[in-house]
Amino acid sequence: MAVTEGVRPVAERTSAKRPNRLFKNMTAKIASIPMILTALVVFIGCTLWTIYHSFTKSRLLPAPDKWVGWDQYERLWNTRRWLVSIENLAIYGVCSLVLSLVIGFTLAALLDRKIRGEAVFRTIFLYPFALSFIVTGLVWQWILNPQFGIQQVVRNWGWEGFTFDPLNNAEIVIYGILIAGIWQGSGFIMVIMLAGLRGIDQDIWKASRVEGIPAWKTYIFIIIPMMRPIFVTALVLIAAGIIKVYDLVVAQTSGGPGIASEVPAKYVIEKMFQAQNLGQGFAASTMMLVSVLVVLIPWAYLEFGGKRRD
Amino acid sequence: MTDATQTTPQRTAAAMSGPRGPKPRRRITPSNIMLYSILFVASVYYLLPLYVMVVTSLKGMPEIRLGNVFSPPVEVTFEPWVKAWSEACTGINCDGLSRGFFNSVNILIPSVVLSIAIASVNGYALANWKFKGSEVFFTILIFGAFIPYQVMIYPIVILLREMGQGISAVTGTDFRLMGSLWGLVIVHSIFGMPILTLLFRNYFTSLPDELFKAARVDGVGFWGIYFRIMLPMSLPIFVVAIILQVTGIWNDFLFGVIYTKPDTYPMTVQLNNIVNSVQGVKEYNVNMAATLLTGLVPLVIYFVSGKLFVRGIAAGAVKG
Amino acid sequence: MGNTTVRTAALEQQLVQDAAKAGIAASAATPSIEINDLKLSFGAFEVLKDLNLTVSQGEFLVLLGSSGCGKSTLLNCIAGLLDVSDGQIHIGGRNVTWEEPSERGIGMVFQSYALYPQMTVEGNLSFGLKNARVPKAKIAEKIAAAAKTLQIEPLLKRKPAALSGGQRQRVAIGRALVRDVDVFLFDEPLSNLDAKLRADLRVEIKQLHQTLGNTMIYVTHDQVEAMTLADRIAIMRGGNILQLASPNEIYSRPTCKYVAEFIGSPSMNFFEGTVTDNTFNSAAGSFDLQGYDFAAQTVPGQSAWLGIRPEHIAVGDAAAAEQNRMQAVVELVEPLGSDTLARARAGDQSIWVRMDGQAAIAPGDELALGFSASLANLFDKTSEERL
Repeated sequence: MAVTEGVRPVAERTSAKRPNRLFKNMTAKIASIPMILTALVVFIGCTLWTIYHSFTKSRLLPAPDKWVGWDQYERLWNTRRWLVSIENLAIYGVCSLVLSLVIGFTLAALLDRKIRGEAVFRTIFLYPFALSFIVTGLVWQWILNPQFGIQQVVRNWGWEGFTFDPLNNAEIVIYGILIAGIWQGSGFIMVIMLAGLRGIDQDIWKASRVEGIPAWKTYIFIIIPMMRPIFVTALVLIAAGIIKVYDLVVAQTSGGPGIASEVPAKYVIEKMFQAQNLGQGFAASTMMLVSVLVVLIPWAYLEFGGKRRD
Repeated sequence: MTDATQTTPQRTAAAMSGPRGPKPRRRITPSNIMLYSILFVASVYYLLPLYVMVVTSLKGMPEIRLGNVFSPPVEVTFEPWVKAWSEACTGINCDGLSRGFFNSVNILIPSVVLSIAIASVNGYALANWKFKGSEVFFTILIFGAFIPYQVMIYPIVILLREMGQGISAVTGTDFRLMGSLWGLVIVHSIFGMPILTLLFRNYFTSLPDELFKAARVDGVGFWGIYFRIMLPMSLPIFVVAIILQVTGIWNDFLFGVIYTKPDTYPMTVQLNNIVNSVQGVKEYNVNMAATLLTGLVPLVIYFVSGKLFVRGIAAGAVKG
Repeated sequence: MGNTTVRTAALEQQLVQDAAKAGIAASAATPSIEINDLKLSFGAFEVLKDLNLTVSQGEFLVLLGSSGCGKSTLLNCIAGLLDVSDGQIHIGGRNVTWEEPSERGIGMVFQSYALYPQMTVEGNLSFGLKNARVPKAKIAEKIAAAAKTLQIEPLLKRKPAALSGGQRQRVAIGRALVRDVDVFLFDEPLSNLDAKLRADLRVEIKQLHQTLGNTMIYVTHDQVEAMTLADRIAIMRGGNILQLASPNEIYSRPTCKYVAEFIGSPSMNFFEGTVTDNTFNSAAGSFDLQGYDFAAQTVPGQSAWLGIRPEHIAVGDAAAAEQNRMQAVVELVEPLGSDTLARARAGDQSIWVRMDGQAAIAPGDELALGFSASLANLFDKTSEERL
């Protein structure tokens, strides 16, 4: 090995300017300013601002000096409308999680059976995802219209006593919204699942065929366990979407009948921009954030906790 | 050995009469029937609303009152479409959805351009020019995508108002960000950033690293590599991003309601106001025509772009 | 300025003396690249550890090692594509530790060719020159010269996608060529090519080096490339250079067991045992070490490895004439055409031997083996250093 002892003084003939750590890669840093500002000011700053003001008695205007502790939260959890909203979100959330995953996976599995016209079916299942929740809500409002919609059609077929009027029945209105929500979003889950199925080594299928395992067993015992990461991703995406449900309800029922189909996101917006009760809006939105964190933190821990992220 | 000789003629006979050539394929098996019928039923569920929208919008009101939502129009009329476009009322304005359409277009174009410009540069910096802390900001950005918008919208109202006043003070004009188109453009750029940055970062990371190294040896800098090496290679991902943003921004309701005023409302907000207005007689055919009109832009994009749309949403969703 | 020049000269002289002292008389010419105490760590993980290396003007140095040994990392550091954690890099007598890659006077050729897909061959060749604001006429001249050298003139107007692998790599070399630099860096340039093309291009690179006389640093994991191309080979492992020597030296006098095992295919055979005076005692027998050139002092009874290459073992009648002999039973035969490899067993010891391609041999055959101590290698049992 070449020994270079005693050549150390060569360093002094350095002509290069010592690069300052801060100025190194300067252009990249300048170009990233919008990202840095968004991350720090909006995502962190605004979130903290809202959390702080949820402990104040803000009404029409934010009142950072009127500290009231947990008052807003107590009021919130004593408001029937909020409780209904939470209950609705829970029902909608659980049902839409389960149904989206089941429908999404089933359709993906069917499309993966090397069928004819796969592209046509995929196009049909996915197109609702291109439509807005407003459009979705309004169409389903019309289809579920008791006078002209499904209820009337079935009655015309001779089944006179048939009743299916979810949008005017406080008991089941949330399921009416669910039908529309699933219609809009399940195609998306199907696409993700299909991508997952296509990512599975085809040799797995050959192996199970050689061993004579029926297709449905292969799916349940081999494919689904292999697709765990895809399911987790789908789960997180659906969950994140559920908490944001707002436009769909606004368009389909406006929260009615009465307050039967209220959701937390709608509660927040109305408290902030109509009821001039900012403090309540901040407290309610903070609760939404908390529920997201409840889902997100375990996921992030599982996903990135053990291994180093590249 | 003797056994083998004895069985040979039988074997030959069996071989002659046994299966030979391609295995006959039965198209119609019970499992195939099941498969296709499930797919067919599902297709009906997914297609029904589109069908209902179309037929309702082509019927006159008397016909709607007589029939049901599924019956095809006896007498096709385009009057509801005309009315929805140019006459439907929201509050005191009775100039139809056209106003919302042009508002949406005005919001859409700068938002798409700005958000993609910012996010592609972000993604490029994150993929090729990592600096101390860049991954931290990126992580915040990705987690930010999961924060409910409701948590951030009010402080953003204040930020926009203050920034608008700041700009007004500096330029000596009456410039407003809050309630104006530009405010909404900024909001869309901010909230589109996580997913788009992820999309571009992943794409640029997938490009061969050696290409980037070669360009550096050739003496090209940050912007030089971005514009002359990366951009020409990234057309598909830009198309994906455009599709993602156009549908996303067109379909937005929440930000439109909060950050604009009635005369700058985007199409979705105006549509909701038309259909869910409590005054007057409900004109279902006009409502459905308006609904279909609003959904037309993303639908056209979806049907035209096909695979790229799928690729966009899958790329955005699956794995970071 | 004048002052600096004087000092530089003085330092260079010192450097030459140091190099001479270190026994690199051959490379006592001006060093082209000099690396001092180079360190690179990612977090707690040290990729390069206090690495020192001097490459003289016009030398062809090959960095050889298995994947993850730090050879490509070292090359990227020299190119300036990775920022070092500590230490210095000098190219052509200039400290370039903090310089941009394009300012270092290097040209680089990559494994995946890294041609800009949207530009023609001509565009690829001229891109760096245009960035350096070289006049148009001059660019055309350089491209013409490079294209002639590499025989890619008919390809100039084509896009990289329309070229074969070999043509692409030729263009990539051309891109380094037009830069008119003293140092060429190659990062596994032939690994993406098939065996036939690889052999052809290897010859061309050697030819190019002889014509141009530039300093070249070449990273590879292929020992054939290393042996055929290099003036000197640096064998790397775990961020260190284990041995830096001529191919012949590395083959015949490896300084440690790792290098001995790494070079040569099939690998060197190793016997475990003890050294006492001039005898090596192992389960397979006692071997006379008379004629072995010891590199270090041994203590009687020292545990050691004795290594002998398959091609240095004589078989059959030839074995009888050898200094050390043993009997073995053939277990496995691998005929390669030009020669035949056989695995034989003597007691617990498996021994690979290389023999003539025509040798008639089958598993179960008794085989007489023999070797001479002068071709053997001895390594300490624990430190694995050469004895």
